[in-house]
Amino acid sequence: MNNPHNVLLFGITRDLVGQNRLAVQLPDNSRVADLMTVLHQQYPTLAGIQSILVAVNSEYADADQILSPTDEIALIPPVSGG
Amino acid sequence: MIFLTEDPIDINAAYGHIQTGEAGAINFFFGVVRNNTQDKAVELLDYEAYGPMAVREMQKIADEACRRWPVLKYVIIHRTGTLHIGEMAVLIGVSTPHRGDSFEATRYIIDTIKQTVPIWKKEQFDDGAVWVQPTP
Repeated sequence: MNNPHNVLLFGITRDLVGQNRLAVQLPDNSRVADLMTVLHQQYPTLAGIQSILVAVNSEYADADQILSPTDEIALIPPVSGG
Repeated sequence: MIFLTEDPIDINAAYGHIQTGEAGAINFFFGVVRNNTQDKAVELLDYEAYGPMAVREMQKIADEACRRWPVLKYVIIHRTGTLHIGEMAVLIGVSTPHRGDSFEATRYIIDTIKQTVPIWKKEQFDDGAVWVQPTP
């Protein structure tokens, strides 16, 4: 089995999942879009949020960015600072 | 100077940080906790940040502001944790040689923070709580 990808959760995504981080098993060379597909399957309530972005190593990532198990991945629901 | 803090924001310290002899204008924006949203009474706000990324994103915004306007010094401070009505959630200060640029740069910084920086607020009502949806 591959090492899991660690995913940090914030705001409404943390409340919906009920945890502040997840360990997600993904095939090698999976992309951001693949992660979201798996998360939507495992946590269908996440699909109800209009736009969840993904950050990889503290930078916003495109859907086709390839993920490594050493990356710090975070779900970024719509922001509301200020 | 850019940072997140759980402590109350010190306006005088922020002023001291951006005051400089070349500045003819210093403009501040304070975002504060309002007691209502859409006619519903708000009791308090909980702010949460993805700290390292939030600081990086705020730095990008400050860098862009410095590229667009002749900014001499700036300060951006954002609170995290539980804030009560009237408390300051965010402070932005910009010093420039002339006033127009400090107004514009400050406005740009707060508007862009609300769009890109990973900070979230949850409104607590007497009958529940809700994560705030972004507003234009």
